[in-house]
Amino acid sequence: MQNILEVKNLKKYFATQKAVDDISFNIEKGSIFGLLGPNGAGKTTLLRMITGIFYPDSGEIMLDGKKFDPINDVAKIGYMPEERGLYKKMKIGEQAVYLAQLKGLSRTEAIHKIKDWFVKFEMQTWWNKKVEDLSKGMSQKLQFVITVLHQPKLIILDEPFSGLDPVNANLIKDEIYNLAQQGSTIIFSTHRMEQVEEICDHIILVNKGNKILDGTVKRVKNDFKENLFGISFEEKVLPEHTAIHLFQVVEKNEHELVLKKNEGFSTNDILQYFMHKGLTIHSFHELLPSLNDIFIRLVEDTPMARQFEQITAS
Amino acid sequence: MNKVFIIIKREYLTRVKNKTFLLSTFLFPIMMMLFIFGSVFFAVSGRQKQKIAVANDPGYFRQNIKIDSSQTIFDFTPGTDSLNYEAKGYDGVLYLPGDSSSDKYVIYSKKQIGLEPRGQLTRQINKAAENRLLQQRGIQKEILDSISLQVKNAVELVNVVPEKNGKSKEANAGLAYGIGFGSGILIYITMFVFGAMVMRGVMEEKTNRIAEVMVSSVKPFQLMIGKIIGIAGVGLTQFILWIVLIFGLSLLASAFLPTELLEQAKQANNNVPGMAQNNTMALKLLEAQQTLSGVPWGLIISCFLFYFLGGYLFYSSLFAAVGSVINEDPQEAQSLMLPITMPIIFAFIILSTGLSSPDSTAMFWGSIIPFTSPIVMMGRLPSGGVPWWQLALSMGLLIAGFLFTTWLAGKIYRTGILLYGKKASWKEMMKWAFRKS
Repeated sequence: MQNILEVKNLKKYFATQKAVDDISFNIEKGSIFGLLGPNGAGKTTLLRMITGIFYPDSGEIMLDGKKFDPINDVAKIGYMPEERGLYKKMKIGEQAVYLAQLKGLSRTEAIHKIKDWFVKFEMQTWWNKKVEDLSKGMSQKLQFVITVLHQPKLIILDEPFSGLDPVNANLIKDEIYNLAQQGSTIIFSTHRMEQVEEICDHIILVNKGNKILDGTVKRVKNDFKENLFGISFEEKVLPEHTAIHLFQVVEKNEHELVLKKNEGFSTNDILQYFMHKGLTIHSFHELLPSLNDIFIRLVEDTPMARQFEQITAS
Repeated sequence: MNKVFIIIKREYLTRVKNKTFLLSTFLFPIMMMLFIFGSVFFAVSGRQKQKIAVANDPGYFRQNIKIDSSQTIFDFTPGTDSLNYEAKGYDGVLYLPGDSSSDKYVIYSKKQIGLEPRGQLTRQINKAAENRLLQQRGIQKEILDSISLQVKNAVELVNVVPEKNGKSKEANAGLAYGIGFGSGILIYITMFVFGAMVMRGVMEEKTNRIAEVMVSSVKPFQLMIGKIIGIAGVGLTQFILWIVLIFGLSLLASAFLPTELLEQAKQANNNVPGMAQNNTMALKLLEAQQTLSGVPWGLIISCFLFYFLGGYLFYSSLFAAVGSVINEDPQEAQSLMLPITMPIIFAFIILSTGLSSPDSTAMFWGSIIPFTSPIVMMGRLPSGGVPWWQLALSMGLLIAGFLFTTWLAGKIYRTGILLYGKKASWKEMMKWAFRKS
């Protein structure tokens, strides 16, 4: 499959920070891509370069197979920044039309599309209201509509669910799937791991300006598995059942065990062992680490906060 | 370019449709006209004459005073004193002094006598006292009158200023002074008002967190320029409406007011010299009407619009730059605005001190350097005598100046608008402005 976005050796140094230090990655067309990282990792700087707000110090961005042109490609990108807002005193309909026009839509086209979206999100009565009349969740929905209105090929959402209740979060989530199915590519930037696990196909993890992880969600989890298995039995588990060199017990309940398989043995060895012991096995499954665990493990070894230092451009 | 136009349109329309704008645009001229004509009207008519009884006239006062003038009527019925004047229907009673020169004229009245009747009364008394002294010293009043009349008609200061095309023109210093000061002060005020409007607009975008949404669609420079031009349009709209409204209203008002006023002005002109000051306002009006047509209105209005726009563009981008680096707290703006407001205030000081000599060195340099030229040049223009090359130089420098400040501010703005958290200092802003992109 073709890549919608290719980022090569991107660098952006500020006076006291290597905000983005040599990051490369590719995003497939139609995928949902997760950009993860702790606060201050350089996510926003990276996104600002991809949206043309910042110019990279060095490196290359290819959008849809061509070199990214910040001026003419704005229509291809829809960006919902983390620091987002709208003109408080402006009427909602008018404001949506204005922002759509700035993305290159004609007035009639914009009005038509906004009305469609307003129907979809049950916002028809909002047209003549002002943004200051909206709750945080409502303005979030409006912001989402404005971001995707011009049918961008690449949609970039920075913490899209912050401030949304579960019902509205699901509404937006469904729309994200819909848009991906219709061929848009979505970059989803967050530090909320459970959402990423659910939505994203592919992730990268950045920390302190560097990419420290890159792959599909499944592969990443596999790479970080710790040979943990959950097993449950009909009978009560007794101490003599677990005295064996095949595994170590990590957690123990009356009918359940969490095991860590020792090096050099297979899962079948373990199952055979328990069967020989005369225990009836109800379930046996591998316990893969959650992205949250991986994230914490990777990030916690490094100093929590970024340190300020003088950077001289190389 | 198209996007800049969309931004201009929004910035313009949201402000013009605003209630405060409509209110200030239409109420200001109406209030101003009401105030001016109201005060003239009340000064001329609608005032009751003061009836003053004179208690102890030895004779000279009656002969030397105008008994029935515009503000006062004197009555010489004997037997009125400070105790019974009210009962007799007088507003006050006047006691003339005896022969000793240290004695004073004393007037008893129930209410304080108003400023204008009091002025007239004083003038009348002075005149009477003067005549009396003349008589006592044996100088004939008629001789003195004829001398002062001769002096008035023969000796008149006419200031002839050479014009470039060879013609000479009589300069009316007072009027030029007024127009120069007025337009200078108007530009001074509007630079602050509309500069602050730009700054608030930028701050609004930053505090509403819409800035980043916007700059993902348009370049920061387009956003800034769009806002500046949109607000300039608002300012121009307001000025043009004001000019039209004031012109229209004064036509309307002149239809019923000044006939009476001008009549009085003419009367005042024909009066004896001592009485001529009776209605200075009416006189001035007459004089102004005669000389107003001599002012090069075309030049002044077009230069005013140019310098308003030039000065506005010069400073508003700097205001935008300041707006972009501050956060929610407007007080942060104070210290950052100082370097911008100082030259504007300085220009105003040059204008107000240098107006009496429009061709002084301070006025010359002030009207050339773009930091001060929008205000100072407007002070020089109405008095004439600004060579074309100076005007062209001043305008050229102003254009170059605002191109420079806009470029400079654009670079500060680009960084500042996305910076949350802390306020930047001027030092940092300069670093952003001059670093290579």
